[in-house]
Amino acid sequence: MLRPKRLDSILDAVGNTPLLRLRALERDTPGVEIYAKLEFQNPGGSVKDRPAREMFLDAIARGDLTRDRVLIDSTSGNTGVAYSLVGAALGYRVALVMPSNVSQARKDITRAFGTEIVYSDPLEGSDGAIRLARKLVAESPDRYYYPDQYSNPSNPGAHYRTTGAEILADVGDRITHFVTGLGTTGTMMGTTRRLKEHHRPIRCVAVQPADALHGLEGLKHLPSSLVPPIYDDALPDATMWVNTEDGWDMTDRLWEQEAVHVGHSAGANVFAAYSIARDLSARGEPGCVVTILCDRGDRYFLPLKWERLYTW
Amino acid sequence: MAITVRVPTQLRTLTAGKEEVTGTGATVGELIDQLEGAHPGLKDRLLDAKGIRRFVNLYLNEEDVRFLDGLNTRLKETDTLTIVPAIAGG
Repeated sequence: MLRPKRLDSILDAVGNTPLLRLRALERDTPGVEIYAKLEFQNPGGSVKDRPAREMFLDAIARGDLTRDRVLIDSTSGNTGVAYSLVGAALGYRVALVMPSNVSQARKDITRAFGTEIVYSDPLEGSDGAIRLARKLVAESPDRYYYPDQYSNPSNPGAHYRTTGAEILADVGDRITHFVTGLGTTGTMMGTTRRLKEHHRPIRCVAVQPADALHGLEGLKHLPSSLVPPIYDDALPDATMWVNTEDGWDMTDRLWEQEAVHVGHSAGANVFAAYSIARDLSARGEPGCVVTILCDRGDRYFLPLKWERLYTW
Repeated sequence: MAITVRVPTQLRTLTAGKEEVTGTGATVGELIDQLEGAHPGLKDRLLDAKGIRRFVNLYLNEEDVRFLDGLNTRLKETDTLTIVPAIAGG
């Protein structure tokens, strides 16, 4: 897909991300290709730029979001960065509800765009942020526009319109499997709907953390969470349950062997894609497995002990 | 010596839905051993053979115990241990 060299707005830089062939991993999967879509190339640094742009533009077009209102939503971070970027680009105010233990990088980036942050209880996780956002909106319905990324059809709609279409344009002739993790479930739902329209069947696999207490930031363990209303459990052909350690080890391997520095949800996605590719290869079946690299790893660095001694 | 332990929603199935439980121990490791008696399964969620699971964050008051003395961190009566989960979804 062509990338334009001049852009009229930063929002035109969202999407059209490249697919990277993971050659080092493919050494273990003879006959099966593995591709990862580099979503960290979006201007906000994550896959969330797509749904954030779509939700903003659709709400403006419907007249739901007006200049006198503040867009507010709950987020684990990446959607917050994306909303902040789109809000700054279009001249709308943004407020975010995030658990107070989101990474410092996310807090700093969103604040730099002029966004107001409300913190929720870290022990309540992202579901606690959802509940607090609903409460704030109920208290001041005239002040806020609440897109609610977990129930907004524009979220999967963005992936149907862009992510799925891009994958078919790039590898539509060869893709056999698509695999991605569930957070809001927007990426899985929208992309899968588009891929299911393809003339050849494509097996679409959802990824969830194997346990309720996990370290795959951004992914949701649905059996222990508020299930997003946009989630349709009939859509994925299968679900893979990934252990935190496997996702983290794959994240390290991606850094070291493929030179892609990604976050842990991307590691979990690639671990699942790699597992599928290995099974296919072991059975002697050809295949082409596509997954998503949701964001870059530098969003997750924690300050080390000695760094925390500095003040500025 | 009763230490307050704050439990995230994901682990409250092990604490009969309770947000806070109390336990005893001279160190974080002893406290977790003691909690396992009252809340079986908790220890395995927090620790593996090498110690605190890499993705589990235990805060003693405001400080990550990794930056203190890990499982050997000494406890005092007024301490609160908080189990902080990763952030899910969106």
